[in-house]
This record gives sequence, C-alpha cells and structure tokens, in this order.
Amino acid sequence: MLDILMIEDEPNIAEAVRFILSREGWQVALHADGAGGIEAIRGAKPRLVILDVMLPHRSGTEILAELRGDQDPSLAATPVLMLTARGQASLSLPQADAVLAKPFANDDLRAMVRRMLN
Amino acid sequence: MPDRPLFLERASFRRRRLGDAARVLPMLAAILVLVPVWWIPAQVSFAAGAVWLFGLWAGLILAIFVLHRALRRADAATLRATQAMARDDDHAL
Amino acid sequence: MPFEALVAGCLAYVALMFGVAFAADRAASRGRVRWLDHPAVYTLSLSVYCSAWTFYGAVGYATRSGLEFATIYLGPTIVFCGAWWGLRRLVRVARMHHVTSIADLISARFGKSNRLAALITLIAVIAATPYVALQLQSVSLSFEVFATDSLTDIPLAGGGGTALWVAAGLALFTIVFGTRNLAADERHHGVVTAIALEAVVKLMAFLALGVFVVWGLAEGPADMLDRIAQAAAGHDGWLLKPDRWTALIVVSGAAIIALPRMFQVLVVEAADEDRLAVAGWAFPAYLFAMSLFVLPIAVMGQQLLPADANPDLYVLTLPAQSGQNWLAFLVFLGGFSAATSMVVVCTIALATMISNHWLVPLWLILRRKPQTGDPEDLRGFVLNARRLAILAVMAVGWVYYRATGGTAALASMGLVAFTGMAQVLPAMIGGLLWRGANRQGAYAGVGTGFALWLALIFLPSVGIGQDPALPPSVDPLAFAICLSLALNTLAFIVFSIFGMPDPVERLQGLSFVSAVDPVRHGRMARGADQVEPLLVMARRVWGAEDALRFFQSEAAAQGKSGYLPDMTPRFLTRLERRLAGSIGAATAHAMIDSVAGGSELTVSDLMQVATEAQRAKEETQRLENARAELARTATQLREANDKLTALSIQKDAFLGQISHELRTPMTSVRAFSEILRSPDLSDADRDRFAKIIYDESGRLTRLLDDLLDLSVLESGQAQLSITPANLHDLIERALSAASATQPQRVFRLDREPLAEYVGVITDADRLLQVLINVISNARKYCDAEPPVLSIRVRRTLRGGAQIDIADNGSGIETARQALIFEKFSRLNDPARAGGAGLGLAICKEIMANLGGEITYLPGQGGAAFRIVLPRRPPVPADAGLRRA
Repeated sequence: MLDILMIEDEPNIAEAVRFILSREGWQVALHADGAGGIEAIRGAKPRLVILDVMLPHRSGTEILAELRGDQDPSLAATPVLMLTARGQASLSLPQADAVLAKPFANDDLRAMVRRMLN
Repeated sequence: MPDRPLFLERASFRRRRLGDAARVLPMLAAILVLVPVWWIPAQVSFAAGAVWLFGLWAGLILAIFVLHRALRRADAATLRATQAMARDDDHAL
Repeated sequence: MPFEALVAGCLAYVALMFGVAFAADRAASRGRVRWLDHPAVYTLSLSVYCSAWTFYGAVGYATRSGLEFATIYLGPTIVFCGAWWGLRRLVRVARMHHVTSIADLISARFGKSNRLAALITLIAVIAATPYVALQLQSVSLSFEVFATDSLTDIPLAGGGGTALWVAAGLALFTIVFGTRNLAADERHHGVVTAIALEAVVKLMAFLALGVFVVWGLAEGPADMLDRIAQAAAGHDGWLLKPDRWTALIVVSGAAIIALPRMFQVLVVEAADEDRLAVAGWAFPAYLFAMSLFVLPIAVMGQQLLPADANPDLYVLTLPAQSGQNWLAFLVFLGGFSAATSMVVVCTIALATMISNHWLVPLWLILRRKPQTGDPEDLRGFVLNARRLAILAVMAVGWVYYRATGGTAALASMGLVAFTGMAQVLPAMIGGLLWRGANRQGAYAGVGTGFALWLALIFLPSVGIGQDPALPPSVDPLAFAICLSLALNTLAFIVFSIFGMPDPVERLQGLSFVSAVDPVRHGRMARGADQVEPLLVMARRVWGAEDALRFFQSEAAAQGKSGYLPDMTPRFLTRLERRLAGSIGAATAHAMIDSVAGGSELTVSDLMQVATEAQRAKEETQRLENARAELARTATQLREANDKLTALSIQKDAFLGQISHELRTPMTSVRAFSEILRSPDLSDADRDRFAKIIYDESGRLTRLLDDLLDLSVLESGQAQLSITPANLHDLIERALSAASATQPQRVFRLDREPLAEYVGVITDADRLLQVLINVISNARKYCDAEPPVLSIRVRRTLRGGAQIDIADNGSGIETARQALIFEKFSRLNDPARAGGAGLGLAICKEIMANLGGEITYLPGQGGAAFRIVLPRRPPVPADAGLRRA
C-alpha cells in the first residue's frame, strides 16, 4: 500500500518533499494537477494525502471537500496534510488534519508526517 | 418671462403658416404651368409663349427662394424661442 | 480645329476629372468634408439630370416640337417647388434607413423584401441600358463632327471605336472612384465633386453658345424673338398639345426622383436634408439657365444651316460653321461632360442595385449559411460584384449602341427611360404617405406598370410590336403614359386594400410614414457573448477597422468602454441600418437575424413597438436628450461602481497573491538548502539541487523586479528615454527575442513589412518590452495548427501609430477579456509556465506611461491586441517645472 500521495503542481517543491520523505523510508507518489486529483486518491488509496491549496483547474480545498464526502468511509477518513502558500491567514482549514505553511522547515514536515502516519 | 411662451407661439405659428405655403406652392406651380396650355394652346406655343413660360419659370424660382429663406429663418426663430424657454424653465427649477 | 488637338484636349480634360475625383476622395478620407458638403456641390451634382440628351437633344427636340422640350425641365421645377416638405422628408427617411438605391428604399418600406427590390432593379436595368447607349452615341457623334468636314452625312454609328474607348475609360473611372470602399453610407465624394465640376463646364458651355447665338449671330433678344415668331409660322409641329404637355411634365417630375442616377445624387449622396433648402431654388435655376437658349439655338440652326443637317448636333455645328473653333471645343467639352457624368452616376447606381439585390442575395442563398466562412470574403465579394456590374452595364450599353446602330433621334430613348422608372413612383409615394400601403399592392402596381410600359413604350421603341391603333386626336405616348400610370396606381391601391401586411412591413410602414425611428423588435436582452459574432459579421462586410470603430462608438454611446456594446434593441437597429447602407435592407435584415437569432414578431410585440414609436415621436427633443444623458450617466456610474467593488476585492487578493508568488520559490530554496546540508548526498544530486536553488532564486528576483517595475510605472515616476525609433526594427527585434519562448513552435508570420517602416518617438526599450510580451504570449497560448501570427502597422490620423498583433488561436473568451490586463490574472492558469501573470499588467502600465494604450480586440478570429502610440509621449507635469 502506498504511504503518501502528494498533489502539488510546483515541480521543485514536489521534488523536495519527495526527496525528504523517501529518505525517511516512505513510499511517495505524485500527482501534479488539481484535475484528476480525487481520482488519483481513489486509485491509490494512500495512507496520507499531502495536498497543495492552490492548484491549477481545481483547488485543494475542493478536492478535500470531495474526499471527505466520499461514499467509502475509510477513504473519506484518509488523513490530509494541506500545504499553503497563503501565509498564516489561511491556516484555518477545518477539514484538514494538519496544515503546513510554505516555506517550511524540513524537520517540521518530517515530524508532522511521522505523527500522522503512526 | 410671460412674453416667452407668447413669442414661441408666434414663432411656431408663423412657421406653420409658411409650411402651408410650401405645400401649396407646387400645386400652384402645376396649375400655372398646365392650365394655359389646355386653355389657349395657340397663344402659348410660340414666341409669346416662350416669354410667358420663361417669365413664369423665373417667378417660380424666385418664389421658392423667398419661401425657403423665410422657412429657414422661422425655423431658427422657433429654435431660439424653444431654447430660451428651456433656459427659463431651468432657472425656474 | 484639328482632330488630334481635340483628342488631346479631351484627354487632358479626362485627366483633370481623375485628378479632381482623387483629390476629393483624399480630402474626404482625411475628414475634410466641409467644402465637399457644401450645398452648391450638392446642387451641381443634381445636374446629372441634364445628360447628353439635354445637351444635344434639347435643341433637336425644340427644332421638331417647339416649346414642348421645356416639359422635361418644368416637371422637376414643380417637384422642387415642394422640396421643403416633400423631398426633405424623402431624404430624411432614406438617410434614417441608410437606403442605397430606389429599389432598396421600396424594398425596405415593404417589409425588407428582396424580391421587390430585384424586380425594380430589373426595370431600372432595362430602362437605363438604351439611355447609357445614347450617351455613348452622343459622344462618338460629337467626335465625328470634328472628324468629318461635311455637316450633313454624319454616320450615326460611325465611331464605334470612339464609343468603345469612352465606355472603357468611364468604366475605369467608375470602378476606381465608385467602388473604393463599402462605405456604410454609400457616399462617393470623388465622383460627386468631379460631377459638380462637369456641371459647371456644361452650363458655361451652353450659356456661352447661347450668348454667342443671341448677341453674335442674331442682334439681341428682340431680334431673336422676331426670328422665333418667323420660324414658328412654318411649323405645325410647334403647336403645344395639352395631353402631351401634361403627361411629359408628370413623367419628368417622376424621373427627377425615380431615375436611378437621380435617386443616387438626390438622396443617397445627400449628407442631410438641409441642403435641399438651397438646392430647392438653385437646381430649378440651373435647369432654367440650361433651357433659356435652347429655342434660340434651334431657330438659328434652322435658319443658318442646311436643311438636312442633324438638329441634334446644332450646338456643335453652329459654332463650327461660324468659325468659332474654341467655342465649338468648349461646347464639345460640355457635351462630353454631360454624357460622362450621366454614365458614371447611372452605372454606380445600377451597379449598387445589381450587386445588392441580385448578386449578394444569390450568393447568400448558394452559400446557405451566411455566418460561416472566411472572415474577409463578403466585403471582397460585394466590391467585386459591384465592379463586375459596372463592367456589365457599360458593356451592355456599348453592345446595344453597336447593335441598334444608333437611334436617329436622341429624344426618344430618354423618354423611354423616364416612363419606365416612373412606374416605380406610385409605390414609392404611396409607401411614404399611406400606412395602409403594402407589399401585395406594390407588386401589383409595379408589375402592372412594368408590363404596360414594356408593351406600349419600350418594345415599340426598339422596333418590336407597334403602337396601338388610336384615334388620330390621341397622342400615343401621352396615352401610354396615362394608361400605365393610372392602372399602376389603381392596382397598387386595390391590392393594398385587400392585402394583409406582415408585422415587419407594418413596422417599416410606420417608420416611413411618420418619419420616426422605431426600434428593432424581438427578445434581444442577451449577454455580451452574442455581440462578438455580430462584430465578426460586421467585420466581414466593412473590414476590421470600420467595424471596430462602429462598435466602439456604440459602446461609448451606452457609456461603456471597449468594443462590445450591450445588445440593446437600439444598438441592433442602428447596426442593421448601417449594414443596410452597404448591402441593402433585405440582406442586412436576414444577416442580423441569422446571427442574433431574430425571433418571430408577434402582434403584441408589434403593438408595443408601435406605441413606443408613437410616444417617441411625441416626446420633445429635450426630454429625449435628458433621458439619454441620464442613462449614460447611470451606466457610467454602474461601471465605476462595479470597478470599485472589483478593485477592493482585488486589493485583498493582491496581497495574498504576492504572498503566494513569493512563498512558492522560497519553499523550494529553503527545502533544498536544508537538504544540501546533509552529508550523504551524491554529487549529481548536489549539483541538481544547487541548480534548482539557483533557478528559484532567479525566479524570485524576476518577480521582485516585475513588482518594482509595476509600482514605478503605476506611480508614473518611470524614467523614459525618448528617442526616435523605427517600428520595423522594433518588431524584428521583438520577434527574435520572443522566439526563445516555446522555440519548438514554428509560426507563419503574416506581415506587411513595407507598412512597418513607421517612425515613432517613444521609449524604444519599453515599447520593445511590450511587443516581446505580446508576441511571447501568442507563442505560448496560440492553440491553432499551424499557428499564424499576423502583425499590422498603421499610421493613425493624429500622427501616432497603431500596431495590431493577432494570432489564429481560440482567443480569449469574452468574460475574461476585461481581466487579462489585471495583475496575477493568470493565477489559476495551467499554462502559466513559471510566470506570475504580471506581463500584460506591466504592458498596460508601460503604454499608459508612453501616452498610448494596449487593448484587446474582440472578434478577430484569435487573440488580438492593439497597441496605440501617440505622436510623442506626453511630457509629465513636473518635468517642465524641473527644466524651468
């Protein structure tokens, strides 16, 4: 089973996150567009979703809302870590399990993912 | 103030009468040109007829000229009176 | 006078006419129409009524029938007595509906029926062809007078070659100046001015000859009258016949309105109805002056020239016989002017009718779907159809002249044309005065009149059939005129009474009879997305520039900025009328309906429109103006409010967006710089990560540069280095710089390199920045295969320059067009490719700083931007102070 699915359109950020997390031993898959994001989650059934807020075609919040409303209760309860570049103001995302503001310290990311997966 | 509407009324009255004249003129012209030929064709066919015809023709041109000048002036006068009234109305408001 | 000198003088005169027409067109295109619009020019242009038939034929006519010749000029004089209330109103209604010809007027009045217009075009063509032939004949006859020494045996069809050359030259003139553009109001300044000049030559020549005859050959007016009396004594033919007298006056009165060429100069070329105040007396005075010496010349010709000399050529042979070579040459030029001006205007009028009512509808029927196809082709088609029609009319006129071998008397062909077009008049006058008149009545009246005219007048005139057997006391021509016009009018009235008009027709009837502007009907309250197809359609008819100008001014009249007005009934009405000015009412109506989806008109719609029109008529001008002003202000306020609301939302969004745009590269930089600190990295990874950090910090710098640039530009504090620059060089540089964007895509360039050599005074680097940005955008977003980039440069009227850059992709949807110049407008754009979406916002600010603007051009079949530069950038307010 896939550990982490990340939906992020900025290739460099995605690369950084994937590098950091795979060195911790997790298996990370990537989807680079808002469109098709929810299908990617349904297909991969990851243990954790890392979701960027601002995505082309479909925003992260919309994807999150659809995920939480999914018919499969186990899928709907998938833990979600939101990444946002909008600063502190938009940290209140009630449906997300955790929110991380860009730019982040790599240690914070590692710690947060570890806490959510264990 | 009270003379304005009166003036307007007079200007537009004059304009209307001139408009009537403009309607009558072509009929009058047609009658003057046609009737003599039906009535006394022999007298108006030759040299005397030429004098009559060109005299009448010149008269018609003069009549149109005078009428059109009067109509343009009356139009301008009516316009001025209307504008003057409009200005007075604005002041009254 | 040697024949060669005559030909040379004639060619010089023709060259002068070309020059005058060219200069007038040029002046008009630069907006200097004041003197072109002078009532005197208008009045003189009306003198195309006096064709060669008048110039040569009137004397011949007077020789045969005495004073009867004057009927041809008395009819128009009586009509012009009613210029103030009759003709002015005709011109006003026709201008209101942008009528292009008499056929168009009648078709517009009777429910925009093209079949009716096509029928009237047919009558006009049949009636006018012999008349055109007659003009060609008169020119070649007058050449023959100079070419042969004999006065008596001048062959009627001798100068076939001359006629061919004249026809060819006139066709060239007409095509050059008559089909320059598809002006929405169908005015031809060059042609009209040349004709006005020809009118002066014509009059001068005739007056000079008259003065020579009365004071040079005779001994003053008294002697002349004596001679007239003597001549009359031997002539039974000179006795006036009341029936002919009346019928001819009626027919010539009809002709002054209904002849295609007269309708063209009297109504179509009139800028407004006010010039009739002058023309009302001045044109009868012109006719008077042209007629005054006709009888003296006729009498003198009879007395001095051999008995078998052709009276139609007295005006030439009299001075030639008396050794007055220069006078003869002047008269020749006068006759030449008369013939050529008539042929040119007649051909333009007929060509407009043929192309608008025969060829364009036919083409649209064959194409089935008028809204598809190459954007340029309708305009090109209409212009070519007109050119073709001009050639055809001229060719048919020449063939007719050759085939008949010329007619013996000039007079008869002119009357045939007059009586033919007079058949249209009952429907026209009835349509203007009587709301009950309808299409069935018009068909019946015009059809009856046409048939009777063919049988009784036209066919006998060309030698087919014969005059009906009549008692000798009845004149056949007067009988035919009375019968055809009476039955025509009767059929028109009877069928109108029993026919039922359809709603469009009733609406048009109301508009024509009460001379008010009823607004277009139908469910028209639609969104702006319907306006763009209309713009595309208008562009096909008028060309891009005119269409954009019209749409922009309509939007401005509604208080909106940009090129897309709201689709109000008023706008649609005005659009349809303007289109009608180019392609005729019926076609314009059909085309608008095909795009805007004209709904069927119901009776209740009609009632509503009728009451609205009635109310509009009663409302005073002042109230109307105030209301329009109020509506404009309200629209402006609403637009301003919308903008303010949008702005405050944008302000919040802007900060958030800056934050996002800065944080994104910073995230990568921070994450990778932390990663680089860890010891166990391969060298390849290390290099790659360092490069990412480098790239992302570059992106950060660019963003900050852009932001800074933008804020400097927005505050108007930008330092501009103003130098002369050549747009061609700048475009070349921009193209090569922009080719770094998506280098794999090969664009076909559509340019006019010669037109690009336009010097401007501006900040060349800043302008280059704008050009690169726009071209790079096209390279990025144009989704067509193969992609085409077209660049057009034009000088603007006020000495600035205008650059249009368009691609052939799918363009920008209407709703987003207003947003693209805003900051970060591409934020949710999948193709934003590392840019922050500040490019066009910066372009907009740069152009504002340069005193110009950049706008999006809708309806160009792809994304299109227009960059407008002023002649030189404005001097900032404080710059002058600093220098002082």
